[in-house]
Formats: sequence, C-alpha cells, structure tokens
Amino acid sequence: MPSLRIIPCLDVKDGRVVKGVQFLQLRDQGDPVELGRRYWEEGADELVYLDITASHERRRTTVELAHRVAQQLFIPFTVGGGIASVEEAAEVLAQGADKVAINTAALNRPQLITDIAERFGSQAVVVAIDARRREGGAGWDVFAEGGRRRTDREAVEWAREAVERGAGELLVTSMDRDGTTQGYDTELLAAIAEAASVPLIASGGAGAPEHLVEAARSGADGLLVASIVHEGVVSIRQLKQALAEAGFPVRF
Amino acid sequence: MTVVLDYGVGNLTSVLNALRALGEATELVANPEAVRKAERLILPGVGAFAPARSRLTPFEEAIRERVAAGKPTLGICLGMQLLFERSYEHGIHEGLGLLPGEVVSLREALGAESERDKRCEIRYPHIGWTPLRDPCGRLMAGVEEGAQVYFVHSYGVLDAEACVAWAEHGVRFCAAVERENLFGAQFHPEKSGAVGLTILENFLRC
Repeated sequence: MPSLRIIPCLDVKDGRVVKGVQFLQLRDQGDPVELGRRYWEEGADELVYLDITASHERRRTTVELAHRVAQQLFIPFTVGGGIASVEEAAEVLAQGADKVAINTAALNRPQLITDIAERFGSQAVVVAIDARRREGGAGWDVFAEGGRRRTDREAVEWAREAVERGAGELLVTSMDRDGTTQGYDTELLAAIAEAASVPLIASGGAGAPEHLVEAARSGADGLLVASIVHEGVVSIRQLKQALAEAGFPVRF
Repeated sequence: MTVVLDYGVGNLTSVLNALRALGEATELVANPEAVRKAERLILPGVGAFAPARSRLTPFEEAIRERVAAGKPTLGICLGMQLLFERSYEHGIHEGLGLLPGEVVSLREALGAESERDKRCEIRYPHIGWTPLRDPCGRLMAGVEEGAQVYFVHSYGVLDAEACVAWAEHGVRFCAAVERENLFGAQFHPEKSGAVGLTILENFLRC
C-alpha cells in the first residue's frame, strides 16, 4: 500500500488561514501559501485548502488560492469550500489543483459527483462529509453548509452512494470531535472504511500522535491534521514516527 | 528552453509551474515544428491511452525525429506509457514504439501473479506516495534508494530494458525509464516534492 498520508488542512477566509473550533471561532494564522510551504518542508504528504469565504467573492478567491498554491508548492493538494458546479471545479483544477472537495453541492445535487468524475476522473473528486453521531447512537447525521444544516442523510449510506456515483476519495469529518483534540471518531471511520472502497481521509479531533495510529487502524488512508500542527503541539515528523512505530508505511 | 506539448490531454499547469520554479524558460506548444525544434520536450498526459494516442498522431513524426536526433524528451505518466509498443487499456492500442515493452493493468497483473496478494487489499488506481527502488542513470541522479514519489495510475509497464527505477503496488512495475536522451516517469515529478524537483532538474541538464 502507498504511504499513509499526513494532510494538514488549512481553512482559508478572505485569503488568510483561519481555524475554526467546532465550526465556530475563527483565529487568523497567516498566509495560505507560506503555511503550506512550511508543512511541505516539515514532511506533509498533501495539503487540503478549504475556502470558507462567505461573500459572493468566494468563487474568485478559491480560484486565486489554487493558482497561488500551484505556483509555489509541488505536492498534491485539494481545494474545497463551496464548489458547486463542474465549471467551477474545472477552473480550480486548471490552476493546478489535483482534486476538488465537494460537500453541500453534492448533497444538493449528487449528480455533480458523477459529472466531475466523468470529466476529470474519479481521482480528482473528493466528497467531504460532515457527520455528527445520532442521539441514541444509531448512525451519523450528515450536515451541509459547514455544519449549519442537518440533512436527512446518514453518513455511511451517503459515503456508499458517493462512491457509487464516482467519488475517488472521502474526507470524513466528525463534528463531535472537530476541534476537541480528543481523537478521531474511530467508529465512524471503521463503518465508512467497511462500506466504501476508495481511500478514506479521517478528519476532526486529532490531538496526539496515538490518535492518528487509531485512525489508521480503523481504516483511514490519510489523516487530516489542523490545530495539532498549526499550534505546534507536535511536528509532522513526530506523527509519522508514531505511525511507523505502529507498523504503517510512511514517507520521511 | 523546455517546451511542454499541449495535445489536449489533461492539465499542464503543474508541469509548467515546476519548470518555472526551477528557473527554466518554458512554453506550451501545439505544433509539430515546435516539437521538432525544441531543445527539450515534455510529453505529459493523464486519462485513457487510446484517445491520447490519437491526439498525439499529428505530432508523431516530429517526436520520432527529435528522439532519433538525440534531443532530450521526457514522458510523464501516460506520456511515458505512450513511448512503448502497445497498451492493453480498454482493448489493444499501438503506442509510439520508441521503447520495447507494453502497458498492462496492474490489477490484472496482480491477479495473474498470485492469489496471496488478494488478501492484502491492494486498491487500484494506485494513488499516493510510493518508494523508488534501485534508482540509477542520469534522470535519477541524486535520488536515494527508497525516496518516495507521487503516483496516480492504474496501468503500467511491468518490465522494460530501459527501466531506471522500480516501484511496487501489488506488483513490481517500472517507475522510470531512460534510453539515451529519451526518458519517462510513471509518477508525477511535478507533484513529488523535493525528490520530484531533483528529477526534473536532472532532465533539464540533459
């Protein structure tokens, strides 16, 4: 199997990196390309940029972001945040992004997954799923619009459908764990890894190296990290060391 | 000056960006004369073999001429596969035949090779960082054993005389080729971090 990927996630608003805690508070952390470069130099295998700019300017800022990143960083990267059409995906990919992540737009119109996959290949389509455990524990609700709107979909079912429709990768965020540093929701990951045949990126809750090991054991192929690296709690190298010691292939 | 052939297959921006970051003058070209004359040529490519092969036809003669004249030429990903004799991707398709060897499905090769690997849950397409084995030659100068590069592919060349680096994903396949001034990389050097930039820089020195 390819090396397990450590993927720093940079939330970008109006051209600056911010990091939300449980989808709420935002703190400015710097320039997206400079931070991305730092992570590349520290050993990041891939980067995810989510443009959470709220205004009607968002489409332009997303394309500009992809353009700037592709000019300067030479590792694979994904761009997401509000991408809602094949044309917009095409603009972002044409700048040199390797993949687009779609979330709310895919929930509103699942055919979008297929449309992008048919034009650019499944490897270019990441379906991002924001999930919160249902009360009583039977499954996970899928949320749209950055966690603001509950849908009537269940996360494992939606993951399966997304793959059937052409998703090449799933980026699964536990809203219960996001920003808590208490570890990924490994039950959610295991359930989706079992149901879906494409690479799975775990997101939400990483606070210590052992959390990444747990997620890898639950079937994750990539590990999204945010505050744990943004705040310098541990280095990417230390995270990889922990994975290597647990027997997973990594890239140093 | 390194030109990148724009024959309507896939995204060329990242290759151009990487060359520019290395300080190389570069441009996209889409006419046979420019292909013939270029100091160095990069043949990129993503997607399926057959449509790419037909789009390449108008440039075929020019590519043959420059390769025969020893002008440095590098195929990347599908661009490397097109250098070989044939591909079994959705049928049987003739390649440029500049290198002996054929392109096969890695998944099928794994099935043919052994039953044991089926337990290992090898997923295709092969996407991700994978170590290079036995790197040698000019293209791989300075690349250490086990250095990792970024792959996105389902098909590959299992064996080739010109192989200068191997990789394994279920089966062993040829990660890079070199014969005189003709080079190929199955991986994406433009997305393979510092190792990838080293490899591109090696090509720029040829």
